[in-house]
Parts: sequence; C-alpha cells; structure tokens
Amino acid sequence: MSIAWYLAVSAIVFCVGAFGVMTRRNPLVVLLCLELMLNGANLALIAFSRMWGNGDGQILAVVVMTVAACEVCIGLGMIVAIHRRRLPIDVDELRELQG
Amino acid sequence: MSSILFFLAAIGVIAGAIGVVGLSNPFYSVLALVGHLLSLAVLFLLLRAEFVAAAQVVVYAGAVMVLYIFVVAYVGGEEQPLDGGLTRRARSRGADGRRPTGALFATALLVELTIALLGSGLKAVEGSGAPYSPGPRTFGTPAYIGDLLLTRFLLVFEASSLLLLIAAVGGVVLARRRGGLDEDDRDRLTPLDLLRPRGIGTMVEGVEGLAPAHARGRPDPDEDNSPHDGGLAPHSAGQAEGGGW
Repeated sequence: MSIAWYLAVSAIVFCVGAFGVMTRRNPLVVLLCLELMLNGANLALIAFSRMWGNGDGQILAVVVMTVAACEVCIGLGMIVAIHRRRLPIDVDELRELQG
Repeated sequence: MSSILFFLAAIGVIAGAIGVVGLSNPFYSVLALVGHLLSLAVLFLLLRAEFVAAAQVVVYAGAVMVLYIFVVAYVGGEEQPLDGGLTRRARSRGADGRRPTGALFATALLVELTIALLGSGLKAVEGSGAPYSPGPRTFGTPAYIGDLLLTRFLLVFEASSLLLLIAAVGGVVLARRRGGLDEDDRDRLTPLDLLRPRGIGTMVEGVEGLAPAHARGRPDPDEDNSPHDGGLAPHSAGQAEGGGW
C-alpha cells in the first residue's frame, strides 16, 4: 500500500477527534477524542518514518504516547476531583476557573 | 494480502473513531477506543513499526484504558442525550446549536489536511516506502528503537521519564481526598485498635480517654467506677488531670 493511504486514514482520524473535542460536553469523552487526535498524528509520524526508512519518527511516536499517558493521568485526576466537589461533569458548566 | 489487511484495519480504525465520538454512553466510547487502538496497532505493524505496535497494545489498550474504565465507573458516566450539542445556556439564549458549526470546522480541517498531505506533490508519498529487509536489528524492531533511545535520544528518554514521574505525583495530588477523614472513617474500628492494649499512652488516649475506639462517644460503663478503683488509681488520676492536654 502506498504511504498516501495511511496519511488519508490519519487525517480522517484526526478530524473525527477534532469534531468530538468541539461537540462533546463530557470531559471524559473530550479526553478520549484528544487521544484520537494524538493517534492520528502518531499514524502520520509512523507513515513518514516508513517513507524515509528512518527511525526518528517512531521515537517521536513513542514520546507522544508517553505525553498522552501523562495527559490522561492529570485529566482523569481532575475529573475525579471535580466529581468529589459535586460539580457538574460538563465542560460548558465548568468554564469559570474559580474554587 | 497486505492491502486486504490494510483496508480491514483502516475500516476498524475509522469505525472505532466514529464510535468514540458518536456513542452517547462514555463506557461504550471507551470500548470503541479500545477497538480503534487494536486496529491502529495492525496499521503500525503494516508500517513495520513493531515496537510501537506492541507498546500501543500493552500501554494504551491495556493500562490507560483500564484507568479510563475505572474513572468512568467511579464518576458514573451518565447517558448524555446527543441533542445536537446544545448546552443549557445556549438553548436558553435561543442559539441553534454548535454541532453544525463543529461539523463544518471538522470538514474544513479534513479538506485542508487532505490537500496538504496528498496534494503536496511529493513523489515518495505515492510509493510504498523505503526498501526494507527483515532482520533482527532492522528498522522498527525493539533492538533498533532501544538503540536509538539510549544513544541518540537519551535526553528525550530521560525527560519523558521525568514527565511521567511528575504526572504520577500530580495525579495523586489532584485526586486525593481533601478535608480530612469522613465521619464514617473516624468511627471505624481498625485491626490495630483491637490488637493494641489499653492504656499505653497513645495520643488518641491522651485526648479522648481510655475508652476503645469503637466505644468512643458512648457512655462507658467503666468510666463511673474507675476513679474509685484502687488498681488503676495512679494512671486514671493522671489521665483525669492531664486528659485535656
């Protein structure tokens, strides 16, 4: 398969993730859609890495996965803290950054 | 063979992505993301990224998704009606929803990305990649990735390990229980309370008297006659005088 097919799939996945980030209101699902966007970027990175026969893109993909795991850790911690304070789990209701 | 596998995996990837966005229950969204990640690992394998595919399945589809499932079960992911993405505030303002706007932006982004990626005129995009020959230390194997990570990208490796440490500490700090113990926890009897003999001078006894933890707050039958008891007299007298200390 030519590399262009992989790039098309990665573009579709990225745009579906961006659509979810813009429209969903549950912060859990927003985090999942951010994962989708990162996965689309990862697929493009690995496709370009294959295109050049160079491993640097794969290293960057591994680092992106690490950063995504950190982001999930912090984001889920924030959601649990929001839930503990009996605040609504809704990104539109949580627009004010005050205690 | 590889093209059939590619199309199967690509359909799985896109269907999983649409399932994450489209399903209303967050629990099903997480399950759709697991399917998406497994299909994506197949695409990574087709691109000769063996180590990244294995890490994807083990770390992402294994560990991170379990974390998601736990949080969805804890928070109790309620069903969200997919009512066109309208918020309560937007509905009260009489807005006509932001889902069409979101779809418009996403479609515009897709068109731009497709033009940028496929219309770039790069000859190599049309080919199937650099020449590849299988071997133990060739492109994409764990040995190759480990060699790169520990020689050329050592600083990146160390920085990401530090980032993971900071994120773990930050997650614990964010999600910890605040404001002391709950009322239920204070009265709960721990195994140590049963094993510990009475009157050994712990701080709890100094503040609250000699009653065992489960009887605290209730009138103790021993309390009335203990000042008259000869055997315990020095101890209970000291406890009575210094009890409030």
